[in-house]
Amino acid sequence: MKALLILWRRELALAWSGGGGPLLACGFFLCLTVLVPLAAGGDPAGLRPVAGGVAWLALALASTLSLERLFERDLEDGALDLIALGPVPLELVVIAKANAQWLAVGVPLAVIAPIAAITLGLPPGQAPLIAFSALIGALGFALTGALGAALALGSKRGGLLIAVVVLPLFIPPVVFGAGALERAAGGLSPLPALALLSAWVLFAALVAPFAGAAAIRNAQG
Amino acid sequence: MLTVAGLTLSRGERLLFRDLSLSLASGEAVALTGANGAGKTSLLRALAGFIRPDAGSIAFAAVEPTEARRRHLHWLGHLDGLKGGRRARDELAFQSRWLGADPEGIAAAVDVLALEPLLDLEVRQLSAGQRRRLAFARLIATPRPIWLLDEPFAPLDARWRAVLGLLMQAHIDKGGAILAAVHDPLPVASRAVDIGGGR
Repeated sequence: MKALLILWRRELALAWSGGGGPLLACGFFLCLTVLVPLAAGGDPAGLRPVAGGVAWLALALASTLSLERLFERDLEDGALDLIALGPVPLELVVIAKANAQWLAVGVPLAVIAPIAAITLGLPPGQAPLIAFSALIGALGFALTGALGAALALGSKRGGLLIAVVVLPLFIPPVVFGAGALERAAGGLSPLPALALLSAWVLFAALVAPFAGAAAIRNAQG
Repeated sequence: MLTVAGLTLSRGERLLFRDLSLSLASGEAVALTGANGAGKTSLLRALAGFIRPDAGSIAFAAVEPTEARRRHLHWLGHLDGLKGGRRARDELAFQSRWLGADPEGIAAAVDVLALEPLLDLEVRQLSAGQRRRLAFARLIATPRPIWLLDEPFAPLDARWRAVLGLLMQAHIDKGGAILAAVHDPLPVASRAVDIGGGR
């Protein structure tokens, strides 16, 4: 547990100190949500029906930005070898790194998500729901993103490969997250969609550590 | 402490060596020699568990391999695992504590390798030799009996080669074991294992 905490703190420090951290992801997210209304002709009423979906799509894209940093730099400089010889199994290393990614990138994105979504035309009253659902979804993005980053380890164009691997895996949370907002806007309970979103995050939490660790071992060899 | 039997290793389609056997006893340092491309680094990486051999076995005394690698093994390869943009102090603390060092062990390593003046610099500001000393510090800070070293002296000047030689001798005297891939002679080695001429 102590070793995991040491790794987790280091991951947070790396996420904040290096490029591609929370500021870049948040800036990208905000730019996308400002650009979409401009590109759509500046008609808020026309944009409102798809605002939830656009917000979640922007969230998914912004979440992919710093994924390459998760394992690739550690592979390149030999830190992954050192980490593999630590007291903690690689499966837990994947969880620690995904958790740090969520805290460093996902949580800031969830905090600014209501601002962006309201800019897109969602009612301000939905702000708590937007932030809460984004918080859950971002955890899933971090877990599946870690899996994608591990699978792309050692490839020449890792960043692009991560996007190709990860974006299809992001479809369920985007659908469920946007669905929650749509249901709330229609006066329905968002809970069924939030439950599906949470179930997907649990599934990612079960699969990503084992598949990610296997991919890391393969890349080291 | 370590026994390798009938090891066959290839990288892609290229066979590095076949049916290699060696042993490493407590209190012993062995120099691993061979031409460039013979597979010295690959052998060390296989012993560290990073590469799966094609055939053969790797056994550690009284402990199963996964546990041995997590608790009993130090690995220092060409890549030192240090992050250029971080302070030397933070990197030393992470590398050593991750492997199980306590603050006293880290302080002792800083002292013996004269790292104190370097600790507040970013790693990218260090010379290659200073980086090697910083990376080597985790071996001193965290007691683990088996050291796998790949060209440990490569970037060091004569003074620090001598110091690292003394530290290796101290490790052996305490019952540790060292297997080091080298091109230059390893002063503390009691014998050498040549794995061939490469292909």
